[in-house]
Amino acid sequence: MAQAASASKRAGQNPRQLLSRIIWYALLAVLTVVFLAPLLWMLSTSFKSRPESTQWPLTWIPHEISTEGYSTIFNTTTQTPVLRWFLNSVIAASGHTVLVLVTASLAGYALARMRFPGRNFAFALIVGTLFIPQFVFLMPNYLIVDYFGWLDTLLAVAIPGAAGAFGVFFLRQFFQSLPKELEEAALIDGANRFQIFLRIILPLSKPPLATLAVLSFLTNWNDFLWPVYVLISPGSQTLPPGLATLNAAYNTDYPVIMAGGVVASIPVLIVFFIAQRYIIEGVSRSGLKG
Amino acid sequence: MDAQGAERPGTKPSPPTKARVKNRDFIGSSPITPYLFMAPYLVLFFTFVLIPAVFGIWISFHNWDYLLPGKPWVGLGNYVDLFTPGSATSGDFWQSMEATGKFTLYSVPFLVVIPLLVALILNQEFRGRGFFRAAYFAPYVLGVAVVGILWRFLLDPNVGLVNYYLGKVGLPNDIPWITQLPWAWVSLVGMTVWWTLGFNAVIYLAGLQDIDPSLYDAAKVDGADRWQRFVNVTLPGLRPVLLLVITITILASANVFGQPYIVTKGAPANETRSAIMYIAQEGLRNFNMGSAAAMSYVLALFLLLISVLNFVLFRRRGD
Repeated sequence: MAQAASASKRAGQNPRQLLSRIIWYALLAVLTVVFLAPLLWMLSTSFKSRPESTQWPLTWIPHEISTEGYSTIFNTTTQTPVLRWFLNSVIAASGHTVLVLVTASLAGYALARMRFPGRNFAFALIVGTLFIPQFVFLMPNYLIVDYFGWLDTLLAVAIPGAAGAFGVFFLRQFFQSLPKELEEAALIDGANRFQIFLRIILPLSKPPLATLAVLSFLTNWNDFLWPVYVLISPGSQTLPPGLATLNAAYNTDYPVIMAGGVVASIPVLIVFFIAQRYIIEGVSRSGLKG
Repeated sequence: MDAQGAERPGTKPSPPTKARVKNRDFIGSSPITPYLFMAPYLVLFFTFVLIPAVFGIWISFHNWDYLLPGKPWVGLGNYVDLFTPGSATSGDFWQSMEATGKFTLYSVPFLVVIPLLVALILNQEFRGRGFFRAAYFAPYVLGVAVVGILWRFLLDPNVGLVNYYLGKVGLPNDIPWITQLPWAWVSLVGMTVWWTLGFNAVIYLAGLQDIDPSLYDAAKVDGADRWQRFVNVTLPGLRPVLLLVITITILASANVFGQPYIVTKGAPANETRSAIMYIAQEGLRNFNMGSAAAMSYVLALFLLLISVLNFVLFRRRGD
């Protein structure tokens, strides 16, 4: 229907169709403004002086560019060391992503391609836990993380989240869809299962691995509730709980707060625009994240 | 999913070479190989999913104060307290459950309908479609912390952009978006729609693209107009996707935490303090972990009931 409609639109350009096209793009433009204006406002405010940030009539382009907000948050001696939080977030999210990729691909491969006693039970159990709401794990995992001595360290935010079943489920589904012939040929040539996994399966699985990597990184980078409670001292925080601290500490000094928001957003927006296809397809095909 | 049937070994007659391969497979890899592949994940799974799932129940049967040495067994005491009016926790807990319930009730209709409209727009073919899809999805990749601090600024009653533009078009420019009801709810719902709309829209879009185009052609031949095609072809085709979106949206809304934590801080007078805000504060700030664990199971049970109900209702109406 869509193709036919737009084809006829393009073919006949009578005034009525032209008008409906204008309305169409106006609608799209309004929606785009609604979605992007707040982000541009954050960017614009982060480069304003404090008085200009709260003055009406408001200005979209700062009269004078001020980097006060950024110099405040990049000052590492304060109680709000944003650069340190940035580094913490990079380390935690990268470590988390690597851990997810390694453990989920190994387990996903075994569940997809090997026969062993307890396989179906294990798979059912793992997938079944996808339906347990995360907040149920708050108290016990706090105590477990404390038992390991991980409270107030990045281990507490990088590792427990990697136990989620999503990656295993997602990769198992993909591995099952691969043709078996290549593996069988490699077996005849005397390769063992680990070599097959490493040299045949993983290179064939770059798109789903990329999808999983990007989704894991974003999820961990944005994680809020858990780090608020397990990261306690100012220097050990990641960006999301850090931003809440910044927000409280600077109250109405909006250029500082918005500068923090920009610093936290830029990496994810870059990842998003590069890996958009993987993210959107990953989300729409699984529908399981969220 | 669809690969599962085709991949079952042994369902198709194996040629002789395959039999040999199977043999080698057996000889070449020892029976413990699968377990070695599973081991790294299983260590994580046992430590942070399976054990805590049981341990949490155990905690909820105790008066478990993290800071005190003794953790006396109280059996179902924590649960009984929650259902006893006037106990230390029940009033605040049910107020927070009510806040979560309200947020879910107010947000889900918008989060189900608006993304559908956006998906219908994006399902048309036009130039720049990829750009618009990306623009509408972009807020979703930001974390709730960024969304929270940004909207607290936009909704600032005195200097915020929202009141500024309301004033510009002749509406009141002093709405207390964050500190008074019902405005606080409007704010929390509005920013959530802005934040997560793209996620639901993308799921709808995948569902729309799965609908067989020949159904639309057939409807057109029968003389159905746009609205009739939407009601008789699009909506029935979207049923499973609609069920998925409604279910995950209810669950996501019931998990609300970051928006009220950052923006309203539960104000006014704890009216917007969500259940998870209260549970986390009670368990991880005040360290009444037994009581907080019990609350988390009560909330989980609610969500389970809602999911089942949702599923059953949809099934009924379908067949």
